[in-house]
Amino acid sequence: MKMPEYVIIGNSAAAIGAIEAIRKKDKEAGITLISDEPYHTYSRPLITYFLANKVTWQQMLYRPKGFYRQNKIETKLGQKVTKIEAKKKEVVLENGEKISFNKLLIATGGKPFIPPIKGLDKKGVFTFTTFDDAKKTQKFLPEVKKAVVLGGGLIGLKLAEALAQKWIEVTVVELADRVLSLILDEAASQLVELVFIENKVKFITGQSVKEIIGNEKVKGVILDNGDKISCELVIIAIGVIPRTKLAQEAGIRVDRGIIVDEFQKTNVKDIYAAGDVTEAYDLILKTHRPIPILPNAYLQGQVAGLNMAGKSATYPGSLSMNSVTFFGYPVISVGLTSLTAESSDNGFQVLTKKKFAQRIYRKLVLKDDCVQGFISAGNVDRSGIITNLIKEKVKVSKFKKKLIEEPLGLIVLPKNLREKFLKLGS
Amino acid sequence: MKRIVPKEEVCIGCRLCEIYCLVEHSKSRDIIKAFLKEIPRSLPMVTVEEKEATSFALQCRHCEDAPCVAACITGAMYKATNGTIQNDKERCIGCWTCILVCPYGAIERDEREKKIASKCDFCPNLETPACVANCPNEALTLIKVK
Repeated sequence: MKMPEYVIIGNSAAAIGAIEAIRKKDKEAGITLISDEPYHTYSRPLITYFLANKVTWQQMLYRPKGFYRQNKIETKLGQKVTKIEAKKKEVVLENGEKISFNKLLIATGGKPFIPPIKGLDKKGVFTFTTFDDAKKTQKFLPEVKKAVVLGGGLIGLKLAEALAQKWIEVTVVELADRVLSLILDEAASQLVELVFIENKVKFITGQSVKEIIGNEKVKGVILDNGDKISCELVIIAIGVIPRTKLAQEAGIRVDRGIIVDEFQKTNVKDIYAAGDVTEAYDLILKTHRPIPILPNAYLQGQVAGLNMAGKSATYPGSLSMNSVTFFGYPVISVGLTSLTAESSDNGFQVLTKKKFAQRIYRKLVLKDDCVQGFISAGNVDRSGIITNLIKEKVKVSKFKKKLIEEPLGLIVLPKNLREKFLKLGS
Repeated sequence: MKRIVPKEEVCIGCRLCEIYCLVEHSKSRDIIKAFLKEIPRSLPMVTVEEKEATSFALQCRHCEDAPCVAACITGAMYKATNGTIQNDKERCIGCWTCILVCPYGAIERDEREKKIASKCDFCPNLETPACVANCPNEALTLIKVK
């Protein structure tokens, strides 16, 4: 076989971003994509929608069916890379096959974080990050009346929503004192909790699961405080950590995730990394840390792809940002959000607008007249205007108060700014 | 590739663009039927923003490097071969990640039967998009780029 110019390990957002970028510059050179999952590229966040029967497999495809053919990609799906030989510039597959590369992209994503809990081996304990996880869990659901979801983050809550929609009694156990504590402030967490409670989901906060009990099958969990919850299903959804083993063994620099520069290059020549497996530069906190968010993964993949194809491109850094709905209730969170008005010394300013009766809440965190983060809950319309002000580091002193009013629109920006943005777009 | 450019100096805020957009994207393409008989009624994909004496119509800018396409978690938002940005309603789940990243606020929530993102499709069946063709004061113009 002819040696492919590019080899990509992974088949999710970062990998697809890289493919689409490479093909903008290089229509012909061989690309080989290897993934240990045996599937066409699919949207990972949709696995909870699949569990709730809201989407079919066809609707989960992240790119249309002919994607690999149209982009002339040689795929090796359901095949695991066991080793990267950085010096020889080849990857070794589980079946012994060796594939040489000129440029390599590691986009292996994240894996679930599993705390050491007694009883993890019982039937009815699942993690939830892949399509296989979703299928296995779905198959098990007929046996389930009650479920415990460990973790009140995004995955945990989307799971709790899906299970509740399947008429299962769900209890979410969260170690922090509230749900979504990493992306929301107290007020917004409360609004989200309210929506769940109305949909019969229970929360236990400030607790963790000490032990999963039962014989062969799960019968319940015991919390740190000794309380017992009976259930047939336990899903561990605390979070994901970068899947760095391959990179580490190949001598690539890894801290919490693979360390890359602004070109998405690792410390080893011709090896790039992108997506959840890496540490990204946080534009607001100004440090490097894993920020496992799909839009960022795609953009990093795109930057990696362009550089691999010989066109210099840089990744400016990541904004921590999420948009999500729970039982139809929309919430958006970007950047720094959990500062309270009381802690608004250190040069921070906090503006909020609450209409709790209508469940509408907006919060803006500012420093040096620039927006550092915001929350929109209940009404998220046109939130991207504020996201853009953060990215562009726009001084907002003259119109900041209008940014928490409704309706939000380009019209609240000063004319010169509005015209500048509109010109950029057209 | 053509783009729609709003001119706020001459926009009189009449919202005819919204009406003609709605009609063009209705089933009957008939103004009376579209407003009275079609339930759910289709939504305009262009919005007039208005404050005091200022108004202008805004729709999807069909960005060259569209943030909504990069950010879409399902792959529903895509760049069509003619360069316009389109939303595949079959694959959209209404997570509003596109709304989170659109710098113009040009994507609306279609909350009628299915929760999906609604945006300007550049009127694929028309030579000139309905909003531009029917603006009485030429406050929406079509320009050629590249």
